[in-house]
Amino acid sequence: MSGSAHQASVSATTTEPRFVRVALVTVALSFLTLFLFVPLAAVFYEALRKGIGVYLAAIADPYALAAIRLTLLSVAIAVPLNMVFGIAAAWAIAKFEFLGKSVLITLIDLPFAVSPVIAGMIYVLLFGAQGWLGPWLGAHDIKIIFAVPGIVLATVFVTVPFIARELIPLMQAQGTDEEEAALVLGASGWLTFWRITLPNIQWGLLYGVVLCTARAMGEFGAVSVVSGHIRGLTNTLPLHVEILYNEYQFAAAFACASLLTLLALVMLAFKALIERRALRQRHSALAMETSS
Amino acid sequence: MSIEIQNLHKRFGAFVALDHIDLSIPPGQLVALLGPSGCGKTTLLRIIAGLETADHGQVLFDGEDATRRHVRERGVGFVFQHYALFQHMTVFENIAFGLRVRPRAVRPPETAIRAKVNALLDLVQMGWLANRYPSQLSGGQRQRIALARALAVEPQVLLLDEPFGALDTKVRKELRRWLRRLHDELHITSVFVTHDQEEALEVADRIVVMNHGRIEQIGSPQEVYDAPATPFVYQFLGNINLFHSRVHAGWARVGGLRVQVPEYGDTEHAPAMAYVRPHDIDLLREPEDGDTTLTATISRVSQLGSLVRLELIQSPDGEIAEVEMTRERYAADPLQIGDLVFVKPRQVRVFLQDHSKVTPVPQWSGDGDGI
Repeated sequence: MSGSAHQASVSATTTEPRFVRVALVTVALSFLTLFLFVPLAAVFYEALRKGIGVYLAAIADPYALAAIRLTLLSVAIAVPLNMVFGIAAAWAIAKFEFLGKSVLITLIDLPFAVSPVIAGMIYVLLFGAQGWLGPWLGAHDIKIIFAVPGIVLATVFVTVPFIARELIPLMQAQGTDEEEAALVLGASGWLTFWRITLPNIQWGLLYGVVLCTARAMGEFGAVSVVSGHIRGLTNTLPLHVEILYNEYQFAAAFACASLLTLLALVMLAFKALIERRALRQRHSALAMETSS
Repeated sequence: MSIEIQNLHKRFGAFVALDHIDLSIPPGQLVALLGPSGCGKTTLLRIIAGLETADHGQVLFDGEDATRRHVRERGVGFVFQHYALFQHMTVFENIAFGLRVRPRAVRPPETAIRAKVNALLDLVQMGWLANRYPSQLSGGQRQRIALARALAVEPQVLLLDEPFGALDTKVRKELRRWLRRLHDELHITSVFVTHDQEEALEVADRIVVMNHGRIEQIGSPQEVYDAPATPFVYQFLGNINLFHSRVHAGWARVGGLRVQVPEYGDTEHAPAMAYVRPHDIDLLREPEDGDTTLTATISRVSQLGSLVRLELIQSPDGEIAEVEMTRERYAADPLQIGDLVFVKPRQVRVFLQDHSKVTPVPQWSGDGDGI
């Protein structure tokens, strides 16, 4: 009895008054409801309004299937590419001192800072028919703009920071002690990477991959510029949604949108799961640092 | 294996970490590199290991130039201050790592690996922890595992970088005794870095005292403690009292005290500093004949476990000195604050001022990962 009274008095001295707490929670929750939950529910409601038959038909449409395929393809190329680049960049930044290191760090953030539309424009300027490399590409019959390579390139560009950004602080915090220990024990650089470095960064890496995948699937702006919107050929899922919507096929548009939303939700679930694992790992690492 | 360091030089930007170091370590010895943070001791150790490259100079193992040899091929065992255990591997796998990563042709069979790891676990008395992960161990246990892991590859040289720096005092004392016993058993040429003079004095066969990238003195623990070669060594190993002094024709004068300094026979009227350890001082109630004492007043008395420390104010110039004595000796004549005493040093060391620039001994926070 006296214990709980004591506890209450302690918490009363350390937290805000009741009305402040209630007000803050209410503001946060109503904001979330209005701007996130209602639109999310609306997507599914609109998609299924005309019945499950229309919903399935919209997804089974050959153009929709082609768009899904293209989206998955660009994800399948962009994510592994960024994985390799992300690990390499994070490794270089975290473990070496070299000239131009700060430039590299800034460049990695560039896709965050630049509007995706501008990213797309840059590729058009570079590889388009009127672009710098256009005549040479034309002469060799290589199509990048208004073709699949352009879409992949744009997707890669927009998603560059996700994995590298995740790994740099992690690898910096871990330092090089374990790698040095492995080297002294006779392990080659390659073995050290696979047996020591990779296991140490696996959760951070996975987290970055999930974020990168989610972003790659949803990318609209940059891809829109370089795609050319050729149905069945250069249409990704987000572009397909736009076309359907512009043609007043609302049910079909929302059906495809719900598919994207579902994928995003799955990725979010993954992210939450990984976050929990990563947190646990960090705790054990921290415990290792402090206890002695 | 013997280690020979020849004219080793290393700088980091404008900072000179090692300034033309020469050092030879005979086989089977346990040598301490002792010095304050930033004195270059860790850099020297890492260059011996091959984790760092020198700007110029050579490292010889058994007379053979190993300067360009890769870390992997040096056959050294390295123990890190923060253990650097592989966090995602069990204790057993940590120790087995060095054997498992060998090329197939020279890799021992699984049964041999298991036998070797178990033997090492017994050696460090940690057999019951084989299946634990590093995060589940205490600091002392981790460092023992780190040592077992380093020994698994049967190194010719064992290098330890502040091995006990991250541990609390009690565990540290326990572990350094254990390291000494282990060394007596294995006789691997070992070099360990420390900023803790007590640790170096207790564990090492030889101590290399370093400061500002140079070696100040090399010698047995007794030699460096009893006969410090430089003022720095005097200050770094143990407490000291400093007295202003003047040297003339083989005699140093400190207040009312005269000390013979034959090594300065040709010196005339030079300013100097006299160094006296707090436990090398007798306190007398009555003055002695001749110039053998200084006059002072007791200003503070503190009991420190088995010792009593007295703080004195010297007259006439007010310099402060410290004296340490055992409780028994203090009890025989319990001096009180305000008592007038005559200070008689049993051992005085005088260094001329010009090459004894008195640099204050820095305070270490125990981080120890200096350069």
